[in-house]
Amino acid sequence: MTQTGAKHLLQLEGISKYYGSFKANDRIDLTIEPGQIHALLGENGAGKSTLVKMLYGSLQPDEGRILWQGAPVVIGNPAEARALGIGMVFQHFSLFDALTVAENIALAMPKDQKLSDIARRLEAISKEYGLPLKAGARIHDLSVGERQRVEIVRCLLQEPQLLILDEPTSVLTPQESEDLFKVLRRLSSEGTAILYISHKLAEVQALCQKATILRHGEVVADCVPANETTLSLAKMMVGDDIHEIAPRNTGSESAEVVLEVKGLSATGLTGFETSLKNVNFSVRKGEIAGIAGIAGNGQSELFAALSGERATAPDMIKIDGVPVGHLSILQRRKLGAMFVSEERLGHAAVPEMSLSDNVVLTRHGLEKDLETGPFIRHSTARKIKDKITEMFDVRKGNEDPPAMSLSGGNLQKFVLGREVMAGAKLVIVNQPTWGVDAGSAAQLRQNLIDLAAEGAAILVISQDLDELFEISDRLATMAEGELSTFVPTGETNRNEVGLKMTGVFEHAAGANA
Amino acid sequence: MRLELIKRSAPAPSMRILSPLLGLFLALIAGAIMFSALGKAPDRALYAFFIEPVSEMWSVHELLIKAAPLILMGAGLCICFQSNNWNIGAEGQMIVGAIFGAALPILLPDVQNFLILPLMLIFGILGGMLYGFIPALLKAKFKTNEILTSLMLVYVAQMLLDWIVRGPWRNPEGMNFPESRRFHEWARIPEMIPADGRANWGFVIAIIVAVALGIMLAKSLKGFEVKVIGTSPKAAQFAGFDRQKMIFFAFLLAGGCAGLAGIIEVAGATGQLRPTVSPGYGFTAIIVAYLGRLNPIGAIVAGLVLALTYLGGEAAQISLGLSDKIARVFQGLILFFVLACDTLILYKIRLTFGAAHKGAA
Repeated sequence: MTQTGAKHLLQLEGISKYYGSFKANDRIDLTIEPGQIHALLGENGAGKSTLVKMLYGSLQPDEGRILWQGAPVVIGNPAEARALGIGMVFQHFSLFDALTVAENIALAMPKDQKLSDIARRLEAISKEYGLPLKAGARIHDLSVGERQRVEIVRCLLQEPQLLILDEPTSVLTPQESEDLFKVLRRLSSEGTAILYISHKLAEVQALCQKATILRHGEVVADCVPANETTLSLAKMMVGDDIHEIAPRNTGSESAEVVLEVKGLSATGLTGFETSLKNVNFSVRKGEIAGIAGIAGNGQSELFAALSGERATAPDMIKIDGVPVGHLSILQRRKLGAMFVSEERLGHAAVPEMSLSDNVVLTRHGLEKDLETGPFIRHSTARKIKDKITEMFDVRKGNEDPPAMSLSGGNLQKFVLGREVMAGAKLVIVNQPTWGVDAGSAAQLRQNLIDLAAEGAAILVISQDLDELFEISDRLATMAEGELSTFVPTGETNRNEVGLKMTGVFEHAAGANA
Repeated sequence: MRLELIKRSAPAPSMRILSPLLGLFLALIAGAIMFSALGKAPDRALYAFFIEPVSEMWSVHELLIKAAPLILMGAGLCICFQSNNWNIGAEGQMIVGAIFGAALPILLPDVQNFLILPLMLIFGILGGMLYGFIPALLKAKFKTNEILTSLMLVYVAQMLLDWIVRGPWRNPEGMNFPESRRFHEWARIPEMIPADGRANWGFVIAIIVAVALGIMLAKSLKGFEVKVIGTSPKAAQFAGFDRQKMIFFAFLLAGGCAGLAGIIEVAGATGQLRPTVSPGYGFTAIIVAYLGRLNPIGAIVAGLVLALTYLGGEAAQISLGLSDKIARVFQGLILFFVLACDTLILYKIRLTFGAAHKGAA
């Protein structure tokens, strides 16, 4: 028993966690007071997730100790964490799609409770906190925001003293985020402490009373976010100065249309896919068109249709006026279209294969000298790999490492570089900087801008509104498989786009900018 | 004290090689225990099982005869399994290949020239491919589980063979034994060194096929396609590789190899069709593929090892008076231990002592 921890709710002392020789967490100290909203800030890979997993009992620290209300505790598993009064809402939900809200919650409760009791209690709590939920609704019918509510209510039913939220707004619209903040503030005023994990600075400043900033597994600062500027917080988080993106000339409205999409409809293959409903737009030479929207509103399906991973009617998609809806991804690449998919590992790259093999993955049939007859020329593949890594500043541990050993940012630079290095007429990118560190993200955005300046037509699908406002000339929003009309970025604002993300937009038939 | 599995940060390349050796070693230990439980001196039994069969020239020849179909089918299955197509029916494809190839000398016994043997081999390959085509079509068109269909088709093939040698193809001069007529000389695969033993050129064919498949897998775009489709289906789609076409490619390739193995077996070692063509070579080939690290070149070594278990089984029967089912047990042990040791490629083992890990590790 220590005296120092007596009034703190939670105290971490010198917590370390190693993965082999890699220090994921290095002597972390952290103190959380009752009723406080405490931010844990850091870039992807800074060690935030590792730290909270130890708090929630799904990982064990290698060094250091955890004090809960002043007493040292060992949190062996999530059930023990819940018994102490720690609740957690994960970034990736752990809900059964086919079960109802009440059934999902019952799974996390002690076995002796009746389903009807749970249903009654959860509806009472959800009403009380302004988190409307129907106990009998099936999860697969719920929006992402509603699913998150289920997770939050599930935690609240256990009356936690500490609620951990991991990147809760990454799946929410700005409006939904505001609603969430109201709930969190109310919980805080009632004495529940909240550990809020994020890399979004504006949110942290608006919501949190204290912040602990992690970088490379170490605590670099403790601060009061309200006393800092966004820039000073960003600098603490990233370390070095943040790259400023060069301004650019926007594409001309009279430039030729490279990609034309007309009346694109596609029925979702499974119950969990979104159907595309009469999507119309075009992208011109030299411009960046951005599509905003919350993940799961048809963006993946749109990307699959554009790339040719899913065939459509020929006329629905045209590249340079040529109908391509029925063509394979290979044939579209031969027409000068390049694709950068959302998932880097397992879609844009084979995780276990070397970078040079991953060059072969999308460049076969396109590059000179990459094949002789049926055989691959690995020497050419390695040369192309060297060129990409040099031109796009891909940092890697050794000469030709497997794709999975690269960090998210470096792999994304490699993947983008691979597609555009030989010159591209049309580049379609889904979530270009998702899970990428700030330095690489800035470089990737600059690459896209440069490509447009060189005359490529670029379509960027992204969840990151800041990014879209920064780089795109025109913006449209996707919601439930429908696409709004494109408007020039200068003529819209975040609120307007945010509203459209919820699906509130008029149906302009044959809309085209 | 307890054992803990710790995930490695990257797969250990050394373990990829060591795992099958370790698996073999553990299978030997388990075998020794089994022999002592049967009341035999384990050292003498293991000697009789694994060393004696290769201590004489004629029995080395027998080893090569048994290794040829195992290597051929194992190499084909390596490609099939790597592409995520689970063909369990090589045994059936081998039988149908044997029937197709044997049709020529049985139905046209008077056609005797140098063309007959190459034609038989081609017919054998076609038969195996045709039989592999069935589960491929069912999988591609109706999403049927290929493990079940290819396995069930083995029993159909066995029944077909049984019927054909007792009925329409029974040797008219064979005193009603359930056997086909004996193949004439032109329809037999010549022996390599007749003075030493019975081994025929089928073994060389097997080696050539395995090496060719090894090169295809390592160097060609098709081989690359096989690996990508197997490890990362979505990336394969992104690369423009067609999974549906790969189902047919994999099954036709593995089926063709099995059909070739079938005709080599009957035109080489037996010289006629009998109610059974293979003592389960098609199933043992699955073990060959895994022991050979799903690499056709590795399948050559693995094929020789598993051929030894067949010889060992016969030796155990003769010199130890044990059932030749012992061979089956050994094959099972080898597969079991090799798959278990494969865990070590991705994980390492840590021994923890004391009880200080109630929660904290």
